Amino acid sequence: MADQQNIPASGGHPQEYGGLPAPPPLIEPGHTFASVTDKISAIVLKKSTPKGWIVGFAIAFVLTMMLFVALGNLVITGIGIWGNNIPVGWAFDIINFVWWIGIGHAGTLISAILLLFRQQWRTSINRFAEAMTLFAVACALIYPAIHIGRPWVFFWLFPYPNTMGLLPQFRSPLMWDVFAVSTYGAVSLMFWFVGLIPDLATLRDRAKNIFFKKLYGFLAMGWRGSARHWHRYEVAYLLLAGLATPLVISVHTVVSFDFAVSILPGWNATIFPPYFVAGAIFSGFAMVLTLSIPIRKFYGLEDFITQRHLDNMARVMLATGLIVAYGYMMETFMAWYSANPYEKFAIQTNRFTGPYAPLYWLLIACNVLLPQLLWFRRFRENTLALWVMSLIINVGMWLERFVIIVVTLTRDFLPSAWRMYSPTRWDFATFFGTIGLFLALLFLFLRFLPLISIFEMRALLKETEEKQD
Amino acid sequence: MKLEKPKHATYGLMAEFHTPEELLEAAKRTYAEGYRRFNAYSPYPIHGLSEACGFTSTRLPLIVLIGGLVGCLGGFGLQYWGSVSYYPMNIGGKPLNSWPAFIPITFECTVLVAAFAAVLGMLALNGLPMPYHPVFNVPEFTQASRDKFFLAIEARDPKYDAARTREYLKNLSQYGVYDVDR
Repeated sequence: MADQQNIPASGGHPQEYGGLPAPPPLIEPGHTFASVTDKISAIVLKKSTPKGWIVGFAIAFVLTMMLFVALGNLVITGIGIWGNNIPVGWAFDIINFVWWIGIGHAGTLISAILLLFRQQWRTSINRFAEAMTLFAVACALIYPAIHIGRPWVFFWLFPYPNTMGLLPQFRSPLMWDVFAVSTYGAVSLMFWFVGLIPDLATLRDRAKNIFFKKLYGFLAMGWRGSARHWHRYEVAYLLLAGLATPLVISVHTVVSFDFAVSILPGWNATIFPPYFVAGAIFSGFAMVLTLSIPIRKFYGLEDFITQRHLDNMARVMLATGLIVAYGYMMETFMAWYSANPYEKFAIQTNRFTGPYAPLYWLLIACNVLLPQLLWFRRFRENTLALWVMSLIINVGMWLERFVIIVVTLTRDFLPSAWRMYSPTRWDFATFFGTIGLFLALLFLFLRFLPLISIFEMRALLKETEEKQD
Repeated sequence: MKLEKPKHATYGLMAEFHTPEELLEAAKRTYAEGYRRFNAYSPYPIHGLSEACGFTSTRLPLIVLIGGLVGCLGGFGLQYWGSVSYYPMNIGGKPLNSWPAFIPITFECTVLVAAFAAVLGMLALNGLPMPYHPVFNVPEFTQASRDKFFLAIEARDPKYDAARTREYLKNLSQYGVYDVDR
């Protein structure tokens, strides 16, 4: 029976998979603890910096400088440099805030939720996905701080003891956002750092440069791999994953409440929380693919980030894309079914045929139609096509937030309040500047920290070997 | 005046292993032999290893629960105090203790303090940061964070005897037994 079936190199167990061939391995065979450690730490510890990294970081750095110019001008001159007007009080600022936060969610999902589901394919991607989350949240947090009229008093958003008898409005979703996103940033940072500690110890032990040896040693805090410490470490890691899972769902739910708790047609919909969370995971996985495909190519990590990983990520994208499509459908259905003339106008007439209709149809193409290609294995296996698809989905999810925010605001209840919106160069400068900041932080991470979780790869190697016996 | 030599100038003895199974077996045997002050070191967490070293439970989950409760009560308490006592506002006669509206922030505070408790609790219970530890004095130990496994028996252990423990470890490990200086 065995010779009739297609048994792959990993020596899969046909009985376990109901007679089907075993799925491809998560690590290419032939690796040992030493080779896994050496391969990943070599990227960090080698003396010379690859030219491609320098070029990439230089571009990101220039964009970051552009961000600082844009922010400086904003603080000095005021919100008027953006295209925001009345009634479109929220535009690129909130679109980009939601876009960045959404992107961040995939990292936490991969780290925390896939851990709880015991999905071993998370292992080679979780470290840089978490880093991606952190940097995305950092870029997102810029917007709430700067989009307020007096950004120099942004700290009034927090309930601190003061002489003015001032407390924030706890009943407002905007305040819920402050707490949710701050908590998300803090927990993600801690989760990421805790995951790094054993790998920092590895770098400490392998670094030849005295400065880096001391730096990694300081950050590793004396980690020595003691069994007692590993026990508590695993308990803490599991508890953090258990905390991060409802957190990530709650954060984007609270972000959706910024819209859903209002009374505007097109915003006041109960589908928003699950639809936003699914959309966040959708765009987040798209960004993980956008980053991981070039990274694995450039650093030669195809042995660790295998075709199976890309395939799984593509499937998650497809599933969440279908949930997002369902969200669009339900919005439209409810608009018709409710017979509420404002809802019907906002969602059907305005989106399908209004002044921004081309963007809405582009959105449908990017988020609903094109991702259906992911059903086909040949498409998922074509790495370049998958990468282009991930870019398309990122653009589509940006357009979704544009449609939700700007298209609704330009045409609300009273026609006398209608007004068009167009972004200014400062809107674009700030947005591309945050992309630059994100990439700059990412490049620094790739150069100075292990981009794959080394100790988890060792554990995975062990488990993969055990399966083969 | 002659300086007193410290009671144990040595921290103990350390044996090297090359596979996790060997280390797990060694830990079980060491515990069965009656040693209690010993520890195992590995580059990744090994299932069952800390139990084999005699360490079964940790207080960390309780610490995290307490953190969560503090966060929950604190978050809700802050909003309750602010809305009912410190700065009550009559908005259309709506209840001051509008607890449904307080839920999101309460939840976020719960998670925040629980997460801090998990991380800081884990570090505190582990005694980290601890930049110096005698095991780092063994040059081969740098491989503990790469692909080698170690078992160290402390001199403080009541059953420790320099000669017999060394003999025992030499039987246990074919790769090497090292002195760990304090």
